Amino acid sequence: MRRDTRKAAGAGWLGAHALIVFCFLYLPIAALIVYSFNGQGVGGFPPRDLTLKWYGILFQDGAIWESVGNSLIVAACAVAIALVFGVPAALALDRAQFPGKALFRRLVLLPLILPGIITGLSLLMLFNRTGTKLSLLTIVLGHGTALISVATTEVFAGLQKLERAQEEASLDLGATYWQTFWRVTLPNLQLSIIGAALLIFTLSMDEIAVSFFLIGRDNTLPLEIWGRLRRGITPEINAISTIIFLFSLTVIVLWYRLRAHGKGSPEIAGELIETGVQGD
Amino acid sequence: MFSRAYRIAITVPPLAWVTIFLLVPYLLMFCFSFWSVSSTQTILRSWTLQNYKQLFMKDVYWETLLRSMWIAARVMMFSLALGYPLAYFLSFYAGKRKDLLYQMVIIPLWVSYLVRAYAWKTILGSDGVLNTLLQYAHLTQHPLDFLLYSPFAVVLTLTHIYTPFAFLPIYAALEHIPRNLVEASNDLGASPRQTFWRVIFPLSIPGVVAGATFAFVLSLGDFLAPLLLGGPSGIMISNIVVTLFGAAYNWPLGAAISLCMLVLVVSLLFLSEKLEKKWSFS
Repeated sequence: MRRDTRKAAGAGWLGAHALIVFCFLYLPIAALIVYSFNGQGVGGFPPRDLTLKWYGILFQDGAIWESVGNSLIVAACAVAIALVFGVPAALALDRAQFPGKALFRRLVLLPLILPGIITGLSLLMLFNRTGTKLSLLTIVLGHGTALISVATTEVFAGLQKLERAQEEASLDLGATYWQTFWRVTLPNLQLSIIGAALLIFTLSMDEIAVSFFLIGRDNTLPLEIWGRLRRGITPEINAISTIIFLFSLTVIVLWYRLRAHGKGSPEIAGELIETGVQGD
Repeated sequence: MFSRAYRIAITVPPLAWVTIFLLVPYLLMFCFSFWSVSSTQTILRSWTLQNYKQLFMKDVYWETLLRSMWIAARVMMFSLALGYPLAYFLSFYAGKRKDLLYQMVIIPLWVSYLVRAYAWKTILGSDGVLNTLLQYAHLTQHPLDFLLYSPFAVVLTLTHIYTPFAFLPIYAALEHIPRNLVEASNDLGASPRQTFWRVIFPLSIPGVVAGATFAFVLSLGDFLAPLLLGGPSGIMISNIVVTLFGAAYNWPLGAAISLCMLVLVVSLLFLSEKLEKKWSFS
């Protein structure tokens, strides 16, 4: 009996602590959204004169929308690169033996845990030595390289759950490796690949540390926002941030819908972080 | 089962990409750190130890590196202090709401880093949400100006960003603890406190190590939060590197500092992997 009451008291404290942590995590996001509708601009309590003025200004802002377009292009290309090289990398880690495999695995996963500044600067030096002009292309190469780790981790986790017998059967029945890959291996990895693509897309849309060093004349959205922040706080930034938040939220909901259809799929962010730290 | 051609086809393209865009750039960083800049601002490709000498001789680099590590250490401690009890609550007490609460910890992870750092700036500023709220409630007469542009603001913001990172591996470790071990401990007469400290906590150490590594390493290399919220007293080592690659135009010295960071981070990862292996029970 006494143990139960003590346990309940413990749960009470823990519950209160959890509530505080959730407030800490969500209050800034809530403030951001509320003040995007505040007529008086950012700050000032309580918020008053609710307005859509800032959204109006935002929608007429050509530079922002140009940067949104750039970011969408970069993110789409980054997804393509990361998948084209990340999926084979996961297959290679799963089923090929080659010298330097351990080093290869560590190298692929390193950008996941390494501060972005190191990935960004090392690539900047490469482009400097090879005389490559900085542009959206260099950002694409940077994002693609950094995010291969995400595709590899997700797909590798998917491969661990794949029944190899299906592929064996396909090969025994006379299909070529190419056919087996397209008709058996890939469809089985579908969910991991879509999950990885969504995650890479969102991460690329938000990425700033690597882009910071590889930017040419055209800005991506985060860099455009960054440029404005240096000049001062304006409520349009709250407005665009609110839109980004809703966009991310939509992607998450989409992903969970998808996951609900196929059971036993990899747990996206959690698994990623675990593997990122452990390196295997 | 897989032919040689198949294995080559899946191995060579990613291997080539990783070599060109990861291995070669790291090696270049290594080379740059031994080069120097002439008075006419061209990079001289003759080998010298000058950059490393400067790094060890000049106090500013040491002090900033130590300050960055101190900021990162505080972020790590606060993230663990917030993340561990939360993970413990979710894993052992949340019941049916467990999955929902878990997703609620993940969602902020998907919100842009920049957006969240910016949100804190709007909250902490002298005309910001917090100061105007305090004055509205007549708790303060004047805006508190130590809130923004201070190491405090950097630590607060980075803690906000990395708490979910610390939470995730801890939660995963707690979820992997066989529940019959906990029941056995209770049945054998241990108090909840004893069960926690003798059974649950030791088994969750690998998760704690992973979460701590993530929070420490990622905040150590951060340069955007200090630029946005840190002010002069919140400058971190990466800010110096940014200046060296920008206005100060001394790439070799910047490369030397980056390489030191890289070595520091990789050794920490190595150490954390060793620790996790040592404490894992499976």
